[in-house]
Parts: sequence; structure tokens; C-alpha cells
Amino acid sequence: MTEPTAEKILDTKLYKSWGLSDEEYKNISENILGRLPNYTEAGLFSVMWSEHCSYKNSKNVLRKLPNKSKRVLAGPGEDAGIIDIGDDQAIVFKAESHNHPSAVEPYQGAATGVGGIIRDIFSMGATPIALLNSLKFGNLDNTHTKYLASEIVSGIGGYGNCIGIPTVGGEISFQERYKNNPVVNAMCLGIINHEDVKYGKATGNDNLIVYVGAKTGRDGIHGATFASDEFTDENKTQRSAVQVGDPFMEKLLMDACIELVHKHSDWIMGIQDMGAAGLVSSTAEMASKAGSGLILELDEVPQRETAMTPYEIMLSESQERMVLCVKPEFKQDIIDFFTDKMLDAVVIGKVTSDGQYRIYQHGELVCDIPVAGLVDDSPEYKHVGVAPERVMSQEAKKQFQPEISSLKDTWLSILKQPTIASKEYFYKTYDSQIKANTVVKPGSDAAVVRVRNTKKAIAMTNDGNSRLVYVDPYIGGQITVLEAASNLIASGATPIGITDCLNYGNPEKPEIFWEFNESVEGIASACKKLEVPVISGNVSLYNEFNDEAIFPSPMIGMVGLISDIDNVTTQDFKQSGDLIYVVGDTGNDFNGSELQQMQTGDVTGLLNEINLEKVEETQKTVLKAIESKLLQSAHDLSEGGLAVALSESAFANKLGFDVDIQMNSAKLFSETPGRFLVSVAPENKDRFEELIGKLGTYIGEVSNSKSLKIKTSDSNAQIDFNDALSNWKEAIPCLMK
Amino acid sequence: MRFAVIVFPGSNCDKDLFYAIKDGIHAEVEMVDYRENSLDEYDAVMIPGGFSYGDYLRSGAIAAQAPIIPAIKKLAHEGKPVLGICNGFQILTEIGLLPGALIRNRQNKFICESVELIVEDNQTIFTSEYSKKESINIPVAHGEGNYYCDDATLSTLKANDQIVFRYVNDINGSVDNIAGIINSKGNVLGMMPHPERALEKIVGSDDGLKMFQSILKSHMNRVNL
Repeated sequence: MTEPTAEKILDTKLYKSWGLSDEEYKNISENILGRLPNYTEAGLFSVMWSEHCSYKNSKNVLRKLPNKSKRVLAGPGEDAGIIDIGDDQAIVFKAESHNHPSAVEPYQGAATGVGGIIRDIFSMGATPIALLNSLKFGNLDNTHTKYLASEIVSGIGGYGNCIGIPTVGGEISFQERYKNNPVVNAMCLGIINHEDVKYGKATGNDNLIVYVGAKTGRDGIHGATFASDEFTDENKTQRSAVQVGDPFMEKLLMDACIELVHKHSDWIMGIQDMGAAGLVSSTAEMASKAGSGLILELDEVPQRETAMTPYEIMLSESQERMVLCVKPEFKQDIIDFFTDKMLDAVVIGKVTSDGQYRIYQHGELVCDIPVAGLVDDSPEYKHVGVAPERVMSQEAKKQFQPEISSLKDTWLSILKQPTIASKEYFYKTYDSQIKANTVVKPGSDAAVVRVRNTKKAIAMTNDGNSRLVYVDPYIGGQITVLEAASNLIASGATPIGITDCLNYGNPEKPEIFWEFNESVEGIASACKKLEVPVISGNVSLYNEFNDEAIFPSPMIGMVGLISDIDNVTTQDFKQSGDLIYVVGDTGNDFNGSELQQMQTGDVTGLLNEINLEKVEETQKTVLKAIESKLLQSAHDLSEGGLAVALSESAFANKLGFDVDIQMNSAKLFSETPGRFLVSVAPENKDRFEELIGKLGTYIGEVSNSKSLKIKTSDSNAQIDFNDALSNWKEAIPCLMK
Repeated sequence: MRFAVIVFPGSNCDKDLFYAIKDGIHAEVEMVDYRENSLDEYDAVMIPGGFSYGDYLRSGAIAAQAPIIPAIKKLAHEGKPVLGICNGFQILTEIGLLPGALIRNRQNKFICESVELIVEDNQTIFTSEYSKKESINIPVAHGEGNYYCDDATLSTLKANDQIVFRYVNDINGSVDNIAGIINSKGNVLGMMPHPERALEKIVGSDDGLKMFQSILKSHMNRVNL
């Protein structure tokens, strides 16, 4: 095939099929280049200016998120953010979405999502120590959803298990809106000494650009553009845009890069992974950060296939590849170093000082464009948001009033709702214990991983209750942050940083943009209140199928520091006779709740305003109780409310309970945010009650009777431990059959 | 006592084993590259878990051809302790130091969980610190941990007391719930569960510690004879 000429691209508007608008094309031709871009150049602009790479539709919203604190060493803009944890150590973390690839090729889509986020961490020089994920699927009532769920989970496990990083936590939920567009967000956290931090910069005239890792093939071309478009019945099988992962190759690459940073830091100026938009994005961003130019010789790029065009080589998203900027005197050292690790390292270009991005193939100049034009001059769109009817109607102001005809039946039913039920069926296929540092394993409020040879531990959680964000984006956004913080606090950690994945529909639709903007404002307000910065993350827009968007689905990956590992607390009741308290007030919060979904098949109505002061006070008091060693267990109250939290706390150690909540039965299922369920040893009763004051309400005791007993102001119910457990534990295996 | 932990491309439990020996029993330990061809300076060799060579072809099959393998066999023939965990067990069956094979878990899924094991034989150099029939909790993490051997081999294993660990519950379809076996000479042990992940209560269990203590103690007893 011969490539169309620049004039032909203009005449046929070929650029439009790559996602460039007429205005964008005109801007490139008239203002940036002063001439028409050739085929390769137009391709590079289209991918670098896609939403996925440029955030053109979202950056003015993302600026609302706070990203600074005393601990932040690096924030958004790098491969991942970095936060100080004392003793000259830091943690590096980021989350990324792989929704579109997972929809069309679920195993590889999810696997390469994991592979990509791991590269973002070790490219900073950090050693990855934990993986988490947040998954949203359609309802498990059809073979397609079961296939997606099963393959996506296998892909995540297949990659993480092989590379040897524990998958320690996450969340999975189910809702009809995700049937053809699942949400697959993966997070990785690494640890690093301050002195070893490396940034993705191509700096210093005549320094070399070195390509390391797997060869470049035709897989994943235009993956970033693909991720910035909607799905329809016609394009749902765009498999050529999905990459194929090789965790073995990445293991070699990871170990080699970490060793290089530790032992030969002086050889390299910068290091960056090739992720979305492959070679072009990684090298152009490295040059942009340093204000440099680059010359690339494509004949040197290791290629898996023959006769690849510059366009294909530059846009390929083949996995397990890195770019280094190396001082020329260490050229042979670098090549020998990687050869010893069974990896190809090849010099493919050099840094220049003129700010131009030049590419040669077969001795011909095939691209000559300013780096700044490609990276920094991408457009920025300010969309107008319009609130949808569902939040503006009079009806929306009403609070759903559930009727509980049988407390026992409602309780047993809610335990087997897939979003509530045990996810062990899925997470048991992840190696959660490799590295022998996992202190709190999957199935808890937050995962906890210790930092070897210190008293410290890191708590991590992924949270996103998209039902709440759907019914009320601003307050739902606030709750997402509060919920994540509560999960960390219940484990004994102080929240110190956030990475996010913001998953929404098409932002060019006013109602979708409104959801996006409102929920980010809600997130920002809660982050500011709790003083937790957002240090990295990603945006995934255009999550639609046949014009119907997913629920607005911001995922908050929050990380906390536990300075003394002895303070790690779990949600499980420990001993019969321990006293049970609810901390925080329970209101009538049923809109968007699990109970509303279960009873009506839908979620509707606005949420009650949140008193952030009060929630913060509650969280700080619970953390103080944990640090004063007054709590046996602590559990955040969320989906399904108190009834679910009580049951979950009982399961692990096969204990029962006997409580009298002195509220009506419905309130057992209320989802008022900012509440905890805690248990206290009898000898600590007085000290605990003095600390907790009016925030805490005593409701009963842990028992060893193998029976779960609840008395309310209008009913009482008793269920056998094994009945409750089997409803909760067997629901998902049963649905997946 | 000097331990070697063999590192193949794709090994991923090598560091855990290294820490188990260094911090768990405070013995001397070194990581040894798969391209080395001598283990003469070591008193014991540990083959770690992981996905050597990405499990391509068949788990353990490519590692079985690595340059270090003759040295492992030599050390085994000298009667020194050889321990293979998870992928290490798979490699030991591939190179013929242990009988049988590890095939796909019956449920065709990877499993990771803490499981209850029974120490069937505490008269080995790997298990002397356990009591007979002691019940211990050790994590497993494998997709191909389903131990298979033919009836004749099973009879031999039973007759010679070569079954060292059994799962209390059938977790993966293994013949006779076998979790770990030893060679007839008593110095080569292969097991699917990961004792190196069970050295401290803070990570869930310290039931694996006695295994490393047993190896050290047996060695000291031999040296002092």
C-alpha cells in the first residue's frame, strides 16, 4: 500500500477517521507546521491529540483536584506520583483504565492493563510491591457477562501471578450499564529510596535514545484513539487495536530496569515506558519535559514484522518496551547490561537542542515537527454541562422509603446480591501473598502490605460506588473519597494520597460532561477537607455502547501509612463477649442504596447533604481509638449498611452476635456515609466510651452461639451462621456456573 | 551452613526464599544464576517458585535444560539437601529427581489461599522439627499443582514413606491429596505449598519456619558427628 499524500489526506479528510477534527487539522497545518502534514505526521498528531494522551476534554476539570501536600514528591505529569513515607523512603503509585481493550479482548485487555501500570511504576525506578483492581461488570445473568468477568479476572491474575507482584485488593460490582462496556481499572504501588527516583526526561544534547525490551509489531496501532471513541455494534470487535501481553518478558524488563537504577544510575538521564501511543508518546513526552528535540532512526527499531511503515512503528502499542536516555560514553555498557538479562537494547536516536521531532526511515526524513506542537499545543476544550432530568425533577428530591415486611428475608437476600456477596471466587485466583509481605489480604476494607525491615505498613483500597455517583454526582463523588478514607482508617492507616481513574461516557454530551464535572468537584471538595492529594491517575471517556453511557464511575485508589504495624486492625470480630458499637449517626439514606436496587430494580433520587466536618471527626476518632489499642475490629459501613457489615465481621472467625439497634428495621440497610462498626474488649469499655463520646452507640455483643441476632424497634430476626455465610459466599460461584 | 537459591529467568519467589533463610534461620545464603555450572561451595540448594521461562512449553520444562541443572543433580547425588517449592517442585519432577508430574489444577484455575497440611513424615531432614501428623497452615499459589503419578509409583511412595505432606482438603485434584514428596534417599523434597511465605504470624502463619530450622539442624548434626 502506498501512503496517501498530504494533499490527499486534506481532500479525503482521512484525519477524521483517526479522530482529528477539521479545526484541529487546520490548526496543525496553518499554525504549527505552516504546511500540510504528511501521512506519518498526521498520524502522530491524531494519536498525541487523542483524549487518552492529551486529556483535551478533561484537563480543565482535572485542575480542580488538589495535588499537593508536604509529602508529595512528584504529582501528575510523571508516569506515576510519588509520596514520602519517611526514612528516605517513598511510595510510587498510579491507576489506569483498560476498559475498551477489555471489552473486545477481555483476557489480553485486562492483562496488558496490569502490565502497563506495572511499567509506570518501575519506570520511576521503584520496585512494585502490590497490585489492586476495580472491576465493574453487567449483571451475571447472561453468558456474555460471565465470559467477560471470567476472562478479565483470568487476565489480571495471569499477568500479576507470573510477574510475581501480589494482587492484594480491589473491588468488583455489577450493574446492567456495564454489560458491553466493563470497567477495568488496575493500580500498582511501588517502593523506592528517594535517591533512586528517575524521571522520564530526554535531556542533554547528543545523549542517546535507547530502546529496550520486546520487538515492535503491528499490535495495538491506534489503541489510544480507539480508547477515545464509543462502542457500537459495528465497531465492538476492533481486536486489532488490542495488544498482547507477555508477563515473562516484563519480569525480565522490570528486574533489569530496577537493577540498572540501583547500580548504574549515572548511566541514564531518563527512563519511560512505552504505553498508550507507544514510541511516539514516550519519546515526545521525554523530549517535551526536557525542552529538547529528538532524532529517531526507525531502521534501528527492533521489528517483529516486515515492511512496517513509520506510521505503524511509531503508533504500535506492542507491550513490554521501555525508552531510556543514556549518556553516550555508557552506550556499550547499557547494551551489555541488557544482553546479559536476555533483553535487546538498541540505540534508536539521540537528543537534539532545536526542539524538533525528526524521524528518519531508509535515509529519508519522514517526520519533522516541533515537539511542543505535538505535546504541549494539544487543544483544550471546555464543554458545557447540563444537569440531566433525573436529578432536576421534583421526584429526585424524595427519599426512597423501603418497606421491610420480613427482616430476616431482606437480610438474607441482601447478603447474596452480587455486589455485596463474597468475591473470593475471583480473588482466590490472584496470588495475593507472594513477596511474603501481605498482612491484610483480599476481602477486607483495605489491603495492608508491610514495608520489610521497618515498622511501617502501607494500606491500600480501590473504591467507587457508581450508583451513588449516578444518582447524585457531586455528593456521590464526595462519598467515594470518604469511603476510601474510611476503609484505610478502619485498617489503622492515615490516608496520604490518591490515584484515580475517572470513567465516564462521551464528554461531548452535555449531560455526561455535567456528571463528570460535578463528580470531580465532589471528589475535590472531600480531598481538600481530608487533606489528601490526588497525585496520579487517568481519565477514560467515551465509555458508551450504542449511545448509552456507563454510570459515571470515578474510582479512587487511596493509600494510607501505618507507622506502627502493631496497629493494623481488621474488620473481623475477634472474641465472643466483645462489645459492639456503631460509630457515627445513621440517617435515612436509601437513594442509590443496595436496598433500593434490590427492592425496585433501579436507583433514583438525590443524596442527603454530607457534613464533612462530622465525617472527618468520626474518622479521626476511630483512628485514635485504633492507635490507642482500644479496638478489636473496625469495619467501614457502606453498601448494604449495618446488616451487611455485622454479618461480614462475623464470618471470618465463625462468631455470632446479638445486637439491639434501637432503630427501625429499614435503617439496618441505610447507607449513611462516615460510619464504622467496631468491637471492643470488655476491659477497654470505659476508656473507649470516654474517647468516643457521643459519636458511638453501643448495640450489643459478639457471641459464639453460631447465630446472628438483631433486634430493631419494630422487629427482630435471628439467622443461623451457616445460612448467612452460604448466602454470602455461594452467591457468585452459583451465578458463574 | 551455606544455601544456594537458584534464580532462573522468571523465578519470582527467589527473594522470599532468600529472606526466609537469611532472616528466618540466619544462615548464609546466596542467589545463584541459572548459567552457573557448579554448586560445590554450597551445603544445600533451594529451587524457588515462579514462572521460569514464563511456563512456556510446560512448567519447568525449559528450566530443566539450564546449565545449572547438572550441578543440582550432582549435589543431590552427594546427599545434600535439595528443596524445590512450587515451580521448583515442577522442575524437580522434570529433571527426574522426583517421580510423577504436576498438571493443571482440576478446577482449571489458579488458586491462592492458606491451606491446612498434615506433616505425614517428620523423620526427614526437612521436617524433623515438626511432630508427626502435625497440622500446619501454609499458603499455596499455583495453577499447575495437581500432583499425578501412576498406581505403581504411588504404592512405592507409600511403602517408602515418601509422602511428606498431604492437604487436609482436596484443593486441586492431587493423587492421594499429595502436597509434597521426598526421594527415596531422603534428601530431595518437592512441595507445592510455600513455606517461605509462612515465617511470621504477621503475614498469617509462622508454620513454615520449622522446615528451614529442620534443614539447618540436620546439617549441624551431620557436621558435628
